Amino acid sequence: MTTYEVVLRQSGEEVDLARLELLRARYGLDKPVYMRFFMWFGNLFKGDFGYSMLYEKPVRQLLGARLWYTVLISSLATAFAWVVGFLIGVYSGTHQYSIGDYAFTVVGYLGVSIPNFLLALVLMWFVFRYFGLEIGGLFSPEYVNAPWSWGKFLNLLQHLWIPIIVTGTDSMAGLIRVLRGNLLDEINKPYVTAARARGVPEDKIYWKYPLRIAMIPFLSTAGWTIPGIISGAVVTGIVLNLPTVGTLLLDALRAQDMYLAGTIILILSVFTVIGTFVSDILLAWADPRARLE
Amino acid sequence: MLKNRKRNPLNEKSEELYRASEAKLVWIRFKKNKLAVTGMIILIILYITGMFCEFFAPYNPNKLNAAYVYAPPQKIKFIRDGKLVKPYVYGYEMGRDPVTLERIYTEDTEKVYPVKLLVRGDPYKLWGIWESNLHFLGTEGGTFFIFGADRMGRDVLSRIIYGARISTTIGLVGVFISLVVGTILGGISGYYGGAVDFTIQRVIEVIRSIPTIPLWMALAAALPRYMSQIQRYFAITVILSLVGWTDLSRVVRSRFITLKNEDFVIAARLAGARESRVIFKHMLPSLTSHMIVSITLSIPGMILGETGLSFLGLGLQSPTISWGVLLQEAQNIRTVAMHSWLILPALFVIITVLCFNFVGDGLRDAADPYKI
Repeated sequence: MTTYEVVLRQSGEEVDLARLELLRARYGLDKPVYMRFFMWFGNLFKGDFGYSMLYEKPVRQLLGARLWYTVLISSLATAFAWVVGFLIGVYSGTHQYSIGDYAFTVVGYLGVSIPNFLLALVLMWFVFRYFGLEIGGLFSPEYVNAPWSWGKFLNLLQHLWIPIIVTGTDSMAGLIRVLRGNLLDEINKPYVTAARARGVPEDKIYWKYPLRIAMIPFLSTAGWTIPGIISGAVVTGIVLNLPTVGTLLLDALRAQDMYLAGTIILILSVFTVIGTFVSDILLAWADPRARLE
Repeated sequence: MLKNRKRNPLNEKSEELYRASEAKLVWIRFKKNKLAVTGMIILIILYITGMFCEFFAPYNPNKLNAAYVYAPPQKIKFIRDGKLVKPYVYGYEMGRDPVTLERIYTEDTEKVYPVKLLVRGDPYKLWGIWESNLHFLGTEGGTFFIFGADRMGRDVLSRIIYGARISTTIGLVGVFISLVVGTILGGISGYYGGAVDFTIQRVIEVIRSIPTIPLWMALAAALPRYMSQIQRYFAITVILSLVGWTDLSRVVRSRFITLKNEDFVIAARLAGARESRVIFKHMLPSLTSHMIVSITLSIPGMILGETGLSFLGLGLQSPTISWGVLLQEAQNIRTVAMHSWLILPALFVIITVLCFNFVGDGLRDAADPYKI
């Protein structure tokens, strides 16, 4: 605000003090910081997220569809990480030291150590080089503004897999390691040997007991992957130029557009809390001990 | 049983094992893990290179060279006229594509520059104290761009080596800050319990429920623009460790809760030891190994964080050289497709993070030497 005033003065324009006061009152700049925070926070409940200075539009209008794409990508990436992580974890745990186990361990380590944005860039480059496709964004140019149709949906699927893989791999690697380690611990326990001695079929031995116990640390870790996945979705969105909140957040931060940036971070945190809550319920469903607490 | 073992000469080695200190036992177990040892050696090399980057870099990383804009990596050759010779490189000649005006570099096979160890090149001041112009590798007279040059003709290898200094230390400084904060708060939380514990745990939960990267982005964007390079570096480390301490403090807290009721702690307390003595002399040493493990495993997160932030333009800014800043040049797919060597800094990020993970996993397996 002070900068605005200075800029106006420098350009030699008449500074309308009354107007300035009005603007100050509108944004609560005459009040201390904590009051402004509560003003913003209170307005959130009324569905008023403030006004973006950068785009000169209410924050609510800007978020709209972007928010849903973010949720879509994050939840699909979470599902991808959990399901694939689970399958690979079970495979690695039951086939210790096999070629597949080694291969997945290498992939897992790489998944942890390659930064998201880099994986996105490399995948994009790869597809561009070998398939001749430009896969930035979520739609091909002809579909961006088209109404929803079957073609548009297929087009979305064509573009969607890259952000999902990129965002999911990071967390998947950790999940594989947790499940593999715990499964190996369980499989070597006496009760499994006892079951085997009694002639319980091999796959039933694995699926019935050890896996259920090994699932518990897996599920509790799975809940904590959600903040990581949402973080990843933001960065991937920026690199791949997706219509998610990522690009919006970066622009807002660069321009110090605090209403917009604050709202985005708040909403992302709310999603994280919801996601963690869901995974806690899953945990309680799988582990009777956690239910009692 | 002990007597038996003493008489038996075959068991001399195992007897030594029984008398070895904890640190030694950890080291013995750690050594068995080849991957972890390799990782550690690579990390030591990286840190030494970063420490003496002025010496190891063939060029001054900020030296502009219009004649070599986007020069592709030079190949080091070993065979000339069918014979094995000392490594050498060919000189470059720049031309332009008549149609696209794109720069084309062709190797001039007439100009042969042998690659030498310890050559005289750009002058520098090591740590701002010793002046020298001695470089580890280079050529005399010719150019030495084995990793190519960037859009201002600066040597990518030199820039990566300079970047190693910032990128590798930012994790260390960040972890040190989180270590101090995490140990103190985790310790208080676990040792005293009750309302203090409750408050600290809720604060941790709030911090952890905010997605890390957006939070870092917001804090980094709020940094004032007029900060000096050093100030910015420290501000970024503080931001990175703001989230990092929560993990460490959880580890410390859970260990403190179990340790609090161990016999030796109760004994120390009954013997009249002051609280600070109980905490620092008796409890903390027994969780050093766990702390070292979580430290090693949290450094890569910080290195990746810095790289990501700088890549997005919110972290360190050029002229500071870090791997993330270097990767800013490779931001769009066109650059990656045309000048793919600009993505090389990422390779170093990956190697560093991978090595830290290997070492951390190795340490974790070795940390409990009394476990079979």
